[in-house]
Amino acid sequence: MSALTLTLKYRPDQRVDMSPLVCQNLQGMEPAEIAGLELQSGKCRLRVAQLFNISGSDTQTIVIKNSFEKLDFIGRELDGGSITVEGDAGAYLAMGMQSGDIKVTGNAGLYAGCELKKGYLEITGNTGDFLGGALPGNKMGMKGGMILVKGDAGERVGDHLRRGTILIEGNAGDYCGSRMTAGTIAVMGQTGRYLGYAMRRGTLLLWHPPLLPAGFNDCGTHTLAFLPMLFNAFKNLNSRFADASAAFNRVQRYAGDMAEMGRGEVLVKK
Amino acid sequence: MIINGVTIDASFAEAFPMKATRAIITAQNEKWAMIAAQAMTGFATSVIACGCEAGIERTLSPDETPDGRPGVAVMIFAMGGKGLAKQLETRAGQCVLTSPTSALFAGIDGGIRIPLGKNLRYFGDGFQIAKVIAGKRYWRVPVMDGEFLTEATTGQVDAIGGGNFLVLAESQPQALAACEAAIDAMKKIPNVIMPFPGGVVRSGSKVGSKYKALNASTNDAFCPTLKGMTKTDLSPEIESVMEIVIDGLSKEDIAQSMRVGIQAVCDLGAENGIKRISAGNYGGKLGPFHFHLQEIMA
Repeated sequence: MSALTLTLKYRPDQRVDMSPLVCQNLQGMEPAEIAGLELQSGKCRLRVAQLFNISGSDTQTIVIKNSFEKLDFIGRELDGGSITVEGDAGAYLAMGMQSGDIKVTGNAGLYAGCELKKGYLEITGNTGDFLGGALPGNKMGMKGGMILVKGDAGERVGDHLRRGTILIEGNAGDYCGSRMTAGTIAVMGQTGRYLGYAMRRGTLLLWHPPLLPAGFNDCGTHTLAFLPMLFNAFKNLNSRFADASAAFNRVQRYAGDMAEMGRGEVLVKK
Repeated sequence: MIINGVTIDASFAEAFPMKATRAIITAQNEKWAMIAAQAMTGFATSVIACGCEAGIERTLSPDETPDGRPGVAVMIFAMGGKGLAKQLETRAGQCVLTSPTSALFAGIDGGIRIPLGKNLRYFGDGFQIAKVIAGKRYWRVPVMDGEFLTEATTGQVDAIGGGNFLVLAESQPQALAACEAAIDAMKKIPNVIMPFPGGVVRSGSKVGSKYKALNASTNDAFCPTLKGMTKTDLSPEIESVMEIVIDGLSKEDIAQSMRVGIQAVCDLGAENGIKRISAGNYGGKLGPFHFHLQEIMA
């Protein structure tokens, strides 16, 4: 049984809500039934067949081809199965995902992996602001699982992050780790201003010295036993994080944000 | 049955259901991992008065441990899950948390989860940090030498305690030498511990006593100095009896351990003063697991 493949026929002017096209919703459906599902696009409702050529029948393995940046909510609340996006993804990619895995070969928009609960999200290109963050007004961002970004991430990475791991091979924008409650964010590239702004707990793991806000205090240089285990957990990823040469256990430790409860930490490779 | 001049009694060891867990202690080097393991498994020879039976299962190379450092696997057995959890937590807190450079991990992934470092984290006084790595929760507790890293929980499984055999020899040195050979062989078997000092017990007990306060007392039938005073189980040439007690995760593990242990004793043979192998039981009325010596050695 080959993967259910949805090939975009044209690029609509309005954004498209792709949230109905998740594995658990499509389970047991025939391609003809899937073709008749309606997707919201601006003020219109478009049938799947109007937007996509459909082939394959394995609804637990979905491939979206010719994807572009206006396809929003791909993999929303996904609960098992896998989705591969060939091209770019729009906003709210993998929002609230409960399990399964999603891979995007291009870039992703705002709020990728926001409030993700479990599972694995991989973005080969860059991603917009609020990666793994909380929706506006909500107090908890990502609560588990793992996000890997091979490119750069925008601002507010892991805003209100509650649990889980965000790995960024490139750079991260301003306010990385803002208002974190727990969890881990690792950034191999550069980080912007206001790193860890108002973070309460959690770990920011950095390869390059950051521009730290005044709310962080130096705790000295340390060899931490949990770091080899953390890197070991990345060894099966298709990522630079899996390279043995990327691992380290000697860090400069900063605690903060002291303007908040101050139990967070920024660990910088020594 | 006679092996190399050693008589294998038509008797059986009687064993009991227990609850068990395994913990992995690592440290900067094997020396310090072993020190922590020895402390954690100290005063844990018998549930009669220790609360649990514990022992070192084996040493672990760095590639066998979660944090890539040298380690030691320890196993703890108790009569019930509640007692096991209490003993584990107390011993981990007083003996491993305190030991320099140590870290503590679960040694059993399945089973019922019981606290390992879950409550020890409070020693961190609010500075402790949780980390979920590869689906497992760990605690980083700040201590004076750096951080104490511990997994939150470990697994509790059903197990068996009280497998045993007795070595009957012509002299005390010969009995001890035979038991040492047996322990060396039995240490290579996974999933078992021999909880007594050095794996050997010289004060095997029977159920009950003439004193009402005691529920166990010396096994007079196997005491060589009482041969003329009691209903003895010993022939005139036996001058010393020592026992090896085995706790294990399964009946097969204990049987395998007994097999290699008895074989090691028999390899020394009658020419080294080993006369008989017997076993301790209560007539089969108390323990549901029976390890028949001749079946094991067949």
